[in-house]
Amino acid sequence: MSDAITREEVAKVARLARLSLSETELDTFTEQLGQILEHARDMNSLDLANVVATAHPFGVTNVVRDDIVVESLDRDVVLAMAPDARDHRFAVPRILGEAP
Amino acid sequence: MRSATQIAADVRSGTTSASDELERTLSVIDERNAELNVFLYVDVEGARAAAAAIDERVARGDDVGPLAGVPIAIKDNLCQVGIPTTCSSKILEGWLPPYDATVIKKIVAAGAVPVGKTNLDEFAMGSSTENSAFGPTRNPRDPSRVPGGSSGGSAAAVAADMTSLALGSDTGGSIRQPAALCGIVGVKPTYGLVSRYGLVAFASSLDQIGPFAQSVTDAALLLEVLAGHDPRDSTSLPEPAPSLVAHVNDGVVGKKIGLVRELYTGANDDVLASVQAAADAFRAAGAEIVELSIPELSLTLSAYYLIAPAEASSNLARFDGVRYGRRVDGDDVTAMMEATRTAGFGDEVKRRIMLGTYALSAGYYDAYYGQALKVRTLTIEAFTRAYQQVDLLLGATTPGVAFKFGDKTDDPMAMYLQDVFTIPTNLAGDPALSIPLGTGDEGLPVGVQLLGPGRSEAQLFAAARVLEIADGRS
Repeated sequence: MSDAITREEVAKVARLARLSLSETELDTFTEQLGQILEHARDMNSLDLANVVATAHPFGVTNVVRDDIVVESLDRDVVLAMAPDARDHRFAVPRILGEAP
Repeated sequence: MRSATQIAADVRSGTTSASDELERTLSVIDERNAELNVFLYVDVEGARAAAAAIDERVARGDDVGPLAGVPIAIKDNLCQVGIPTTCSSKILEGWLPPYDATVIKKIVAAGAVPVGKTNLDEFAMGSSTENSAFGPTRNPRDPSRVPGGSSGGSAAAVAADMTSLALGSDTGGSIRQPAALCGIVGVKPTYGLVSRYGLVAFASSLDQIGPFAQSVTDAALLLEVLAGHDPRDSTSLPEPAPSLVAHVNDGVVGKKIGLVRELYTGANDDVLASVQAAADAFRAAGAEIVELSIPELSLTLSAYYLIAPAEASSNLARFDGVRYGRRVDGDDVTAMMEATRTAGFGDEVKRRIMLGTYALSAGYYDAYYGQALKVRTLTIEAFTRAYQQVDLLLGATTPGVAFKFGDKTDDPMAMYLQDVFTIPTNLAGDPALSIPLGTGDEGLPVGVQLLGPGRSEAQLFAAARVLEIADGRS
């Protein structure tokens, strides 16, 4: 496995995960994540080259049913719990720049 | 404490009423909740209406079901219509689910009365309930100590005699570890036995809902109600619910039980004494104890702390301030999401999201997540080999008894080691339970763990019942 996780890498994964960290948090998390990943190196003691990966205990496959219309959640009930909703839709702040 | 089995029998026969049982529960909650912080929300009106409705049905002569009038505590990561469901996170504060989890529908249909939502480590990530945004739960056996976690509130509700039953969820030990630390029975069922529809997802290939109870029979009674196929959960096993209560007194005559070195090595002396006492009790009851070593199990902690965070980083992407819960404003959508998640999640959740994001990221996927999935394969194969030799496995649930507040909060790895004996079963998808046996330091409870192959719940309950009887609990 690669060397210890760096402060820059922690800053990058935080950005990818949409989390902002203070300088102090960045130091703490870098140290803690380093310790956890260090512990994970014990897996290197095994020869895993020819082992198949298992993502799921019982090898789940897609489950399908007949295409019959059934009752679903009421739109207004669901939207009532959203932080912001307009015109029967979830509303968010602007995604693109202002129109010219 | 009156057992759930007894309450249900008495409500059905009219000896007691659901309303009287509920008032008793509410008065204990009223007495102790301020100190212990077990319930985040108590649905007094809803529970009173439900209990009154059950009493009316009993008066009419209806069969109100196997959990007739039994008050039950619900871990606050299970959705219940119109009842605040927070996952002990600020990011979901104020959210009211628009639907019921399948397990809620099932217990209500069986006559149970949900009384409220219990505290947990935020999004079920933790082993002490100290990661709750709404303060820790205290252990009813010693309020200066943690109740375990993540289902600490549900375990404490039963241990404090507030309710005889509670629902929890177990991803790496979150039912069994608090059950052990609070001195009650906790069961992690076979993956797929209980529908997760309406359980807020943490790590989807590991999460299972299961029961807390004061006795084996009560746990079997509740699991029988919870189990069964649900078309709304694609991981739900196809077969109908197994018969469990009918088998609790089957005993262990002629059974082979493996005492697994990796499932107790590192535990303190009190815990080791309880594991030994369990082995002795099984021998005395006619089982054969086979000493085993399963070396692969010592690597499962590492695999788990990559797999569970990887799945969590994906599952928790949905909390972005758009569809539910809290929003913190920002200039554009990305800034809003970042501000919302930064303010809404606590440190442990952030730690696991970042760990998972890292383990899944380009350049590290093979080294971390990929390796962990291969260790998972070896774990499953190792369990399969063990179950060719023996019927069940025996070990410790936790390395020690309930610890003090703050003991492990500054060192995530020390906290993660709490789960070292419980994690292997989750990776394999197999069932396991924790049952109190003996006491440790300062009279604190100790749990021993029984593990079995997939769908072996009836055998596990029968074996646990042997220990219950050996410990003098009829």
